[in-house]
Amino acid sequence: MHDDPAALGLRESATFDRATIAAIQRAAETGVYDIRGWGAKRRVPHFDDLLFLGASMSRYPLEGYRERCDTDVVLGDRHATRPLRLATPVTIAGMSFGALSAQAKEALGRGASEAGTSTTTGDGGMTPEERGHSKTLVYQYLPSRYGMNPDDLRRADAIEVVLGQGAKPGGGGMLLGQKITDRVAAMRTLPPGIDQRSACRHPDWTGPDDLEIKIRELREITDWEKPIYVKVGATRTYYDVKLAAKAGADVIVVDGMQGGTAATQEVFIEHVGIPTLAALPQAVRALQEEGLHRRVQLVVSGGVRNGADLAKCMALGADAVAIGTAALIALGDNHPKWDAEYRKLGSAAGYFDDYQDGRDPAGISTQDEELAARLDPVEGGRRVANLIRVMTMEAQTIARACGKAHLRNLEPEDLVALTVESAAMARVPLAGTDWIPGTGR
Amino acid sequence: MAPVTEIDLRSASVRELNGALHRAEPGTSWRVLHPGGAHNLAVGLDAAVDVVIDGHAGYYCAGMNQHATVTVHGNVGVGVAENMMSGTVRVRGSASQSAGATAHGGLLVIDGDASARCGISMKGVDIVVGGDVGHMSAFMGQAGRLVVCGDAGDALGDSLYEARIYVQGRVRSLGADCVEKEMGPEHLAELAMLLKAAGRDDDPAGFRRYGSARRLYHFTTGNSY
Repeated sequence: MHDDPAALGLRESATFDRATIAAIQRAAETGVYDIRGWGAKRRVPHFDDLLFLGASMSRYPLEGYRERCDTDVVLGDRHATRPLRLATPVTIAGMSFGALSAQAKEALGRGASEAGTSTTTGDGGMTPEERGHSKTLVYQYLPSRYGMNPDDLRRADAIEVVLGQGAKPGGGGMLLGQKITDRVAAMRTLPPGIDQRSACRHPDWTGPDDLEIKIRELREITDWEKPIYVKVGATRTYYDVKLAAKAGADVIVVDGMQGGTAATQEVFIEHVGIPTLAALPQAVRALQEEGLHRRVQLVVSGGVRNGADLAKCMALGADAVAIGTAALIALGDNHPKWDAEYRKLGSAAGYFDDYQDGRDPAGISTQDEELAARLDPVEGGRRVANLIRVMTMEAQTIARACGKAHLRNLEPEDLVALTVESAAMARVPLAGTDWIPGTGR
Repeated sequence: MAPVTEIDLRSASVRELNGALHRAEPGTSWRVLHPGGAHNLAVGLDAAVDVVIDGHAGYYCAGMNQHATVTVHGNVGVGVAENMMSGTVRVRGSASQSAGATAHGGLLVIDGDASARCGISMKGVDIVVGGDVGHMSAFMGQAGRLVVCGDAGDALGDSLYEARIYVQGRVRSLGADCVEKEMGPEHLAELAMLLKAAGRDDDPAGFRRYGSARRLYHFTTGNSY
C-alpha cells in the first residue's frame, strides 16, 4: 500500500479537507465545540502579499550596516507626562499570567528589557516576577478587572484599556480549570479549578462617550503620568479607531484576526474579525482624517513574525508592532525538540495549539510546576531579545534599501501588492501596475 | 477637631482636587463644594482621609478608593467606588449604574436606590443599598456581600461566582445560575453586622439569601444559557 493516497489517484475534497472532516467527527463524538489556543490558521491576505520597491534610478538608498537608520519610537506623548521611549518599535503583546507560566512572563519581561522595548500584562493582573524583570511594562485594563488594583496601576509604565483582541473580538475570555491553580485563582478572586470566564464587556462603561470619562478617571488616578492605550480587535476598525482617538487615547492598538489567544472557540478564531492587513490602513485613514496620525500612536499586532512584517506595518503607517505568538515561538513554543511529547498529546511540533490544556511540554502555556520549570527565564529572555533584535535589523535593512534613515519614514509609496485582494486592503498598487482596487485609481 | 480644607469646584479643577487629595496626609478632612455632577471626583485616594462631597457627583466618584472615607451628600453617576480596595464610601442619595463595580474591599453604602448592575463583578466589597437595585445586579459577582433593603430588578446575581446577596424586598427574577439559599444563623449574624456597619436598623430576619448554584463552574454540553 502506498503511503501517499494522492499518488494512488485519490482526491481530497477542498471543501471537506482532512481538518474539516476531523472537526466534524470530533463534534459528533463529544458534543462540545473545540477550544484551542494560537490564532487563525486559515490563509488570509497578509503581509507576505506585499513587496517593497527598493531604491534604484529614481530613489536613493542608504548604505547597509553603515549609514544610520534609527528605530526609536515614543509612545503616548499626546497627553501623558511620562510617555514610553523605546529603542525599537517591536513590543510584546499582552498575555496573561495564568495563560502563561510565571517563567514565561518573566522571560518576556527580560527579553523586552534587554531589547529596550515594552512588554504587557494580561487578563489576571501583574505579577512581581513580571514587574521586576520588565523595565517598561504596560498594564492591561480588561473587562474582567481580574487582579486590577490602583497600586499596580501606579507601578505600571502605561495602561492599556482592552476592548477586545484579534482572535476573538467581542468574545471575552476563558481560562479552563486545569490552569486555575491556587495562585492564579487568588489573583483573580476565583475558586481554584473552575472554568473561568472573562467578561466580554467592561462593567462600568458602554460606548465611546463613557470611555472618554473612564480614560480621564485612569489619568486622574495616576496623575496624568501614564500613557493610556486603547486596544481593539480588528473588525470595524475605521470607526473604532476614530472613536478611541476621540475618547482621548494616547495610543491605539489594533489586533488583527491572526492574533493569538490562549483559549478560544475554534469557530471564533477562524470566523470573527478581519486580517491585520485589512485593518491597518483603515486605522491609519481614521487617524489621518482626525489630524491625529503620529500624534496618537498606532500599534499593530496579529501575525507579525519578522522584520519584513515590521517594515510593512511601518510603511503602512503604524508606529510600532506587538508580537505575541512569535515571542512564544522564540521562547521555545513548537520547537522540534518537544515533538515526541507533542505527539503524546495528539499534536506535533509546528502544529501545537492546545494552550488551553495546560500541558505544554515547552513550559510556556502551563501552570504545571514541573513543566513550567523546563523554561529557563534567562535563556528565554535572551531568545526573545534576539528575535526582537533580528526583526529590527531586518526592518532596517529594508528601510535603508528604500532610502529611509528611520523606520517610521517608510511609506505606502514604498510598497506594491502581489494580489488584487491585498492591493485593495493595503491600498497600494498591484505590482507592475498603478491600480489600487476600490479607489478609482 | 482638625480643620477641614474646603475645595470649591466653581474655581478649582477636578485635577487640582484629586492632586490635593493624592498628596493629603492621613487624618485630614476635606470638603468639596459645588461639585456640580463632575466626573472622577476623589478618585485614586490612597490615605485615610475624610472627604465630604457637598452635592451631586458624576461618573466614578471615589473610584479605586483605598483607606479613605468619602461621603456624598447627593446622587452619584455611573461606577461609584468602582474597584474600591478599602475604606468607606457613602452616598446619601441614589446611584446610577455599576455602583461598586469590581470592587475588592471596603464598604459602599447607598442610602437611596442603585440602578442596574450594582455590584457587577464585585470581588470582595460589601455593598448595602437602602432602597432598590436595578437589573443584573451582582452580575458575575465573585466575592463580597450585596445587601438590598428594598427590591431587586431582573436577573439578580446572573452568572454569580461566590458573592453573597441578601434582599429584604421582592426579587423580580433571578439570573442564570443564581438560586435562593438557606438563611442560617451565620448568615443572619453576617447580615446584622453589615446592616449595623451601614447604620441601618432593618431586621435581618426579613431578608432572603441568594448565591451561586455553581452549575456554570465547568463548561459542559448542558451550559445552555
